[in-house]
Amino acid sequence: MANIMIQGSKGAYVFYLPKRDLEDAIVSMEFDTPEKWGGEIKLNNGGTYYIEPQTAPARLPISLRAKRLDAAE
Amino acid sequence: MTALTREETEALIQEVLEVYPEKAKKDREKHLAVNDQSIEQSKKCITSNRKSLPGVMTIRGCAYAGSKGVVWGPIKDMIHISHGPVGCGQYSRAGRRNYYVGTTGVNTFGTMNFTSDFQEKDIVFGGDKKLAKLIGEIEQLFPLNKGISVQSECQIGLIGDDIEAVSKKAAKEIDKPVVPVRCEGFRGVSQSLGHHIANDAIRDWVLPRRDGKAFEGTPYDVAVIGDYNIGGDAWSSRILLEEMGLRVVAQWSGDGTIAEMEKTPYVKVNLIHCYRSMNYIARHMEEKYSIPWMEYNFFGPTKVAESLRAIAALFDDKIKEGAERVIAKYQPLMQAVIDKYKPRLQGKRVMLYVGGLRPRHVIGAYEDLGMEVVGTGYEFGHNDDYDRTIKDMGNATLLYDDVTGFEFEEFVKKVKPDLVGSGIKEKFIFQKMGVPFRQMHSWDYSGPYHGYDGFAIFARDMDMTLNNPCWSKITAPWLNKDGSLAEKKAA
Repeated sequence: MANIMIQGSKGAYVFYLPKRDLEDAIVSMEFDTPEKWGGEIKLNNGGTYYIEPQTAPARLPISLRAKRLDAAE
Repeated sequence: MTALTREETEALIQEVLEVYPEKAKKDREKHLAVNDQSIEQSKKCITSNRKSLPGVMTIRGCAYAGSKGVVWGPIKDMIHISHGPVGCGQYSRAGRRNYYVGTTGVNTFGTMNFTSDFQEKDIVFGGDKKLAKLIGEIEQLFPLNKGISVQSECQIGLIGDDIEAVSKKAAKEIDKPVVPVRCEGFRGVSQSLGHHIANDAIRDWVLPRRDGKAFEGTPYDVAVIGDYNIGGDAWSSRILLEEMGLRVVAQWSGDGTIAEMEKTPYVKVNLIHCYRSMNYIARHMEEKYSIPWMEYNFFGPTKVAESLRAIAALFDDKIKEGAERVIAKYQPLMQAVIDKYKPRLQGKRVMLYVGGLRPRHVIGAYEDLGMEVVGTGYEFGHNDDYDRTIKDMGNATLLYDDVTGFEFEEFVKKVKPDLVGSGIKEKFIFQKMGVPFRQMHSWDYSGPYHGYDGFAIFARDMDMTLNNPCWSKITAPWLNKDGSLAEKKAA
């Protein structure tokens, strides 16, 4: 589990992992509705992370805990 | 010499890599690249923020340097204790020329060195008591200090002192912020992690102190973040922002105070100059206080005008007019500078190797003078720095990350730039080689270089160095007059 931050706006989310200073665009997010938001997220660099599905945050950026499923490199 | 083609540059990198053993070669190969503007993501061509190879000469600093030297050190009304043996504090004292106003030793402490001066017994028995005593002494001797930060040196982490507990207790006793910073030098691969740790310490110990308190704001409040006032940089930036109608609430951290930092959560926009060292706190403020942030570039008139317009675009018409007014006011002055120096500098080629924001930010200033940057690299940049650099650099130019002493020398010998801009550790070798050199970390004891006023000084300095008649008269001490390698003399 790692602390991450999701920035940007709907449709153009940006993923930021401070610990590795990894900043990348999110290409797909499993759930992206106001009621259910999160799940598996795929990054532009090929990495995959998982955030617990939740109601969509009122505003971004937001800091979350994410699980690494498959990191790039 | 004309510019190198892509093939020639690639061949040059291969040639330089030739001397390394197999394993080292493989590692260093990833850090050297030929710029290709069509690449979107830097990590396809260059690797950065990795541990330096043992055995090569790197010029990186440590986490303590990043925290005490860069982020915390310039906060003038706080006392920054170098907690540990005396050397770290003494050798980093006042070297960066972060100018400030105030009476040193009375209400400002920027150029002073405070250290707990660890001895063997402190390592054996722990230094917490000494730290508590030291804070008491500081409070007695310098009662006008506005707070204290404890900058850990390596030993603190190694022996496991609890500086947080001491700081909390002392903060209560003296009723001032006492900030423990866990920036032990061994953390991370370069000073970059020190910046991050320092930002986190500000986030946890400084910013929340004024949460919920009243603040008389205006719609034009901004904070200048990541300008360390080297040679007066922040001042020459600040006057431009104020002239266009903005109110600069805080300067982080050159000539800055802790009160300014505490007020930053009330500003409308955070303006980031050094992205590398302070983006962390900007992201935090965006999340917690909903303050948007933007990067700007105040090197050279073209970029200054671009940045002023971009900043003004976030505000109303009054500021937009103000920006145009400022640009129009300085335009003739800048044209005079360019008219004077451009003929003397036109077509000259520059190689840079610095840290933070300069490897990409100063490119615009050189281009304004008709010069070309043919190679650039970061000491401690990350992927996102290179992402931003690729677009600013010409095609087929050299990019080098954490370049080693050997590689940099070889690159300069082959590319033959007219000017090299790097740090003090490279300065004398290149000057002895007869290559014009500017120390671009603290502007070679000149400055400021930011803003319109800074550009005039920048242009003068570049001309002064480049067109100095001394360079052609130098023979490197290790060469004979005919250019062959001199025989080694026994010392």
